[in-house]
Amino acid sequence: MMTNPGNKVTQGQFSFLPDLTDAQISAQIKYALKNHWAVSVEYSDDPHPRNTYWEMYGNPMFDLKDPAGILMEINNCRKALPNMYIRVTAFDSSKGWEAPRMSFIVNRPPNEPGFRLLRQERDGRSQGYSIVPYATDRPEGERS
Amino acid sequence: MLNSLGQTVVGDDETVDLQAEFEASSIDDVFDKLDRDLVGLVPVKTRIREIAALLLVDRLRRKFGISAETPTLHMNFTGNPGTGKTTVALRMAEILHRLGYVREGHLVSVTRDDLVGQYVGHTAPKTREVIKRAMGGVLFIDEAYYLYKPENERDYGQESIEILLQCMENNRDDLVVILAGYKDKMDRFFNSNPGMRSRVAHHLDFPDYSSTELKSIAEIMLAGQNYRLSEGAAAALEEYIPLRMKLPHFSNARSIRNALDRARLRQANRLFAGRSEKLTRLDLITIEEADIRGSRVFVEGKLDGDPVDGAVP
Repeated sequence: MMTNPGNKVTQGQFSFLPDLTDAQISAQIKYALKNHWAVSVEYSDDPHPRNTYWEMYGNPMFDLKDPAGILMEINNCRKALPNMYIRVTAFDSSKGWEAPRMSFIVNRPPNEPGFRLLRQERDGRSQGYSIVPYATDRPEGERS
Repeated sequence: MLNSLGQTVVGDDETVDLQAEFEASSIDDVFDKLDRDLVGLVPVKTRIREIAALLLVDRLRRKFGISAETPTLHMNFTGNPGTGKTTVALRMAEILHRLGYVREGHLVSVTRDDLVGQYVGHTAPKTREVIKRAMGGVLFIDEAYYLYKPENERDYGQESIEILLQCMENNRDDLVVILAGYKDKMDRFFNSNPGMRSRVAHHLDFPDYSSTELKSIAEIMLAGQNYRLSEGAAAALEEYIPLRMKLPHFSNARSIRNALDRARLRQANRLFAGRSEKLTRLDLITIEEADIRGSRVFVEGKLDGDPVDGAVP
C-alpha cells in the first residue's frame, strides 16, 4: 500500500509540497532574515525522524541581509553532497524561543527507499514497533 | 508584450519618459543630500551623476528589451584620509538601491583584518562570510592595498583577493565592491593585481579640501551637534584651519572634527570653571573665541595630542 506518493521523506516545513525552486527557497530565507534569525545549512544521510542533529555545512550565517549568500552555500552543499538530505534551519536566539523557528529540506537523494517497519514481541503478547531507514543499512561512509 | 524572461517589453515605436523614470527612482533626494552634506568634491559628485545617468538609461533600455549585460559597478575610491570616501560610499549604496542595482542597499565596511585570516585555511571562510554579509548591498574595503603584501610571500592576503575576484565576477548581480585607499598605494595595488584592475570599472579620485571648504564643513558639523560659533570663534577657526593644514598628520575633515571635539571640551571646562554664574541656553550652545584659541596649534604650532616637553607622555 502506498501511503506516501512519491515515497518522499516528509519532515520539516513544505515537505508535502513539490520541491521548492531556488526562488521559493530565497523567499523563505528572506522571511527568516527579516525576523533576524540565523540561517544555517545542514546535511545528513539518515532521514530517521528522531535524527535531530544533522551535520552543519560551513558555519551558521549571522547578520546577513540578503538570501543570495545562503543560496550560494546551499548550491555549494548540493554540489558537494548531491546524495544527501540537505535542510535549511533558521534559529531564533531571542529570549524565550532559543530554538529553530524554520526548518525545511532543500535537497533529497535521487532515490529515497523509505523505511522498514520493525516489530518486536514483548512480554504479554504486546507488540513494539519501530522504523529503520533503508538508507542507513550500510555503515556510515559506505552509503552514497 | 513579454520577453523570454517574462518582463514587459515596450514596442519599438513607443516612447518612454526619462524624466518620469528619474522622478520615480527618487534619486533626486540622494543627490540633494549629497550636495547638502558634502562640501566641495565637485569631480566626485559629477562622476556619481554620470554613473547614475548611465544606470537610469540602462534601465530604460531594458524596457525596450535591448539586452545589455548588467554594467560592472565595482568602484575604486582614492584620496587622502578624511576626504569623505566612506560617506560617499554610503550614498552610493543608497543610489544603487534606489535604481534597483542592489537589493538591500546596506553598506558593509571592512578592512584587511576582517578578510584575512591568521593561519592556513582561516582566510577563505572569513572572506566568504564577509561577502555573504555584504550580498544585496555594497562591500566597502577600506585601505584595500593592505590586502596585498608582496614582501611576504606567505601572506594570506592573496587568497582573499582571489576569492573576492571570483565573487566580483560570478555574483555581479548580488554584490558591488568599493575599494578605497591612498592614490599611490592603490595604483601600486592595481599594478600588481591586474585581475582586480580589469574588474573595477569606475575610479573616483577624491581631492583634498580647501580651507574655505573645511570651514563650511566645520559649520555643518557644529550645526549637526547643536552648537554655534560666536563671531570671534568663527574668525579664530578661519585662522586655525590653515595653521592646522601645515602641520603633519593632517587628515582633512577628520582633523577638523577632532579640533571641534577639543573645542567642545574647552567650552565645557570654561562653563564649569565659572559655575557660580547662571547659564542661558545660548551659553550652552555657543563656542567662544577662547575655546578655539586655546589650541596649542596657535601657541606652539604643535598638535594638541602631542606630549608637552618634559612632561611624562
